[in-house]
Amino acid sequence: MLRFTVRRLLYSLPVLLVGSFLLFWAVRTVFDPLLKLRAIRDPEVIARETERLGLNDGIFTQYGRWLTGFLSGDWGVSSRTEGSVRPMIESALTVTLQLLVWGVVFATIAAVLIGVSSAVRQYSFSDYALTGLSYLGLALPAFWFGLVLIQFLAVWPQQAFGWDKPAFFFIGLSSPGQDPSFIDTARHMVLPVLTLTVGLVAVWSRFTRASMLDALSSDYVRTARAKGVPRSRVVWNHALRNAWGPLVTVVALDSALLIGGLLVTEQVFSIPGMGRLFLDSLLAGDVFVLLPWMVITGAAVIILNLLADIAYGLLDPRVRVA
Amino acid sequence: MASPEPSPTSAPASASGATVKRPGFWRRFSRHRLAVLGAVILALLAIACYGAAFVAPFPQDQQDLLLGPVPPSAEHWLGTDELGRDYLSEILYAGQLSLSLAIAVALISTAIGVFVGAVAGYRGGWVDDVFMRITDLFLVVPAIALLALALQGLGPSPVSIVIVLSLLGWTYIARVVRGQVVSLREREFIDAARVIGATHQQVLMRHVLPNLSGVIAVNVALAVAGAIIVESTLSFLGFGVQPPQSSWGNMLSQASGLIGTPKVYLLYFPGLFILTTVLAVNFVGDGMRDAADPRSGAGRSSRRDRT
Repeated sequence: MLRFTVRRLLYSLPVLLVGSFLLFWAVRTVFDPLLKLRAIRDPEVIARETERLGLNDGIFTQYGRWLTGFLSGDWGVSSRTEGSVRPMIESALTVTLQLLVWGVVFATIAAVLIGVSSAVRQYSFSDYALTGLSYLGLALPAFWFGLVLIQFLAVWPQQAFGWDKPAFFFIGLSSPGQDPSFIDTARHMVLPVLTLTVGLVAVWSRFTRASMLDALSSDYVRTARAKGVPRSRVVWNHALRNAWGPLVTVVALDSALLIGGLLVTEQVFSIPGMGRLFLDSLLAGDVFVLLPWMVITGAAVIILNLLADIAYGLLDPRVRVA
Repeated sequence: MASPEPSPTSAPASASGATVKRPGFWRRFSRHRLAVLGAVILALLAIACYGAAFVAPFPQDQQDLLLGPVPPSAEHWLGTDELGRDYLSEILYAGQLSLSLAIAVALISTAIGVFVGAVAGYRGGWVDDVFMRITDLFLVVPAIALLALALQGLGPSPVSIVIVLSLLGWTYIARVVRGQVVSLREREFIDAARVIGATHQQVLMRHVLPNLSGVIAVNVALAVAGAIIVESTLSFLGFGVQPPQSSWGNMLSQASGLIGTPKVYLLYFPGLFILTTVLAVNFVGDGMRDAADPRSGAGRSSRRDRT
């Protein structure tokens, strides 16, 4: 297991290195780091800054310099806010992880319950109904679903019943000027988490259903039933244990992509996480934030992929060969 | 005369005029009720959007400033927007752009993906290695972020949207095709074709790819669905289609500020059109997959695992 992990890590490093170089190159080509200064139209300032940032050097030299700075913890200064980049990313990441963890936990529980119950009652009315819902979930554009949720669960009830506050908030993750309390945070979390999870639940529940159906039709399940093991125990202990492996892999892979995929949810609900940070920096051409952002999300994807493989090996001893 | 098709996974070959031994594809497809329903809905949508000049109740961009925004009524089925334009007509005209973009992206990205996947899988060796590493790279950074970055660089026009979405969207089908080709490559009928003197190119075009026509067709359908959603998302974020051109996505982004106002109905309809289209395309895709490969009924994921 350890050898496998180390080998996978070593294999991931070049991917991350090449990927970050390509991104560096792309970002440097698309954006001008001195965009803000160009407005001053002072050639002396431009020349001084070009010199200071070493923008005339070759792309490899520039990349090398950036990489050493990045690795030693010096992530530079944002050209948009003129604040240090590292705390910006750290605080955005904290917010996003909060959303992500709640979303993934909630979606996994819902998906397993839905998937198992439709696999156990295959071709029943509830199976068809849940299948229909998952088709809907797959076809919903997330941002639109979020907006419709705001209208129907927050704004409309507030107007209809004349409350002075909506039941669920839809801006940010806490009320301004108020001590953060659990209730307050929860009221802010409900709608974004719902928006985030609907697509995940749709995909993951189909996945659970498929792997549960595989497991339920296998010989060892029939043997267990024939021995007289109660049906519910066969479903939850025997079959689900084998269905877990692939599901955990998918959950880990999708969660990794979500870190950036939260773009939409964070935009709809004005949540100051990684997605918003990316959009704001992109619109401002803030190279100094975009690069670390992409490297961090890329590294997260690679690490979660690795965790997925390890988890798969732990859950399913048969693949623990390598 | 085309090659005999020993592969049990073979979809009836449509390419190169192959005679189809089992005319079961359309029969099986037509037995899939949801798929037929999806196909009918898609046909109606396409007729309504592309024939908007004849179908739409009002001409494009006909304003009625005195009328202003009115909720859905008998005259304006979906109401009117701030400028008094009939919303149904606007949606149908916007649908032309949304559908065209999605179809173009699906076709181009599938073409790239099939080409790369087939070559990598068939050639194997270092070509395959290089290709697999490239698709790894694409998986590392969130797609929507890359798309936004690229569109910010290129400037959002319909053409650049198609280019960017296609260039970033080919990796999935490439992986699928590669996997299938790797397993087909070892089959006897490929050896037989080589022995009777077919070139590699002929083997790929005549014997390998026709066996994948089902997979490819399904992917085109799913890619259309994906592209509609991605285009609308990008337009919502401000990197997609820009006004005065309109697509369903940017109609939604314009209507997104109307929550809580009496004009909120403008937010519902473009979204419902997207939802209906994607749903219908997915039904058709599933129907085609089941018809091309009767053994796969388990779910979307099953194909991914098999190879």
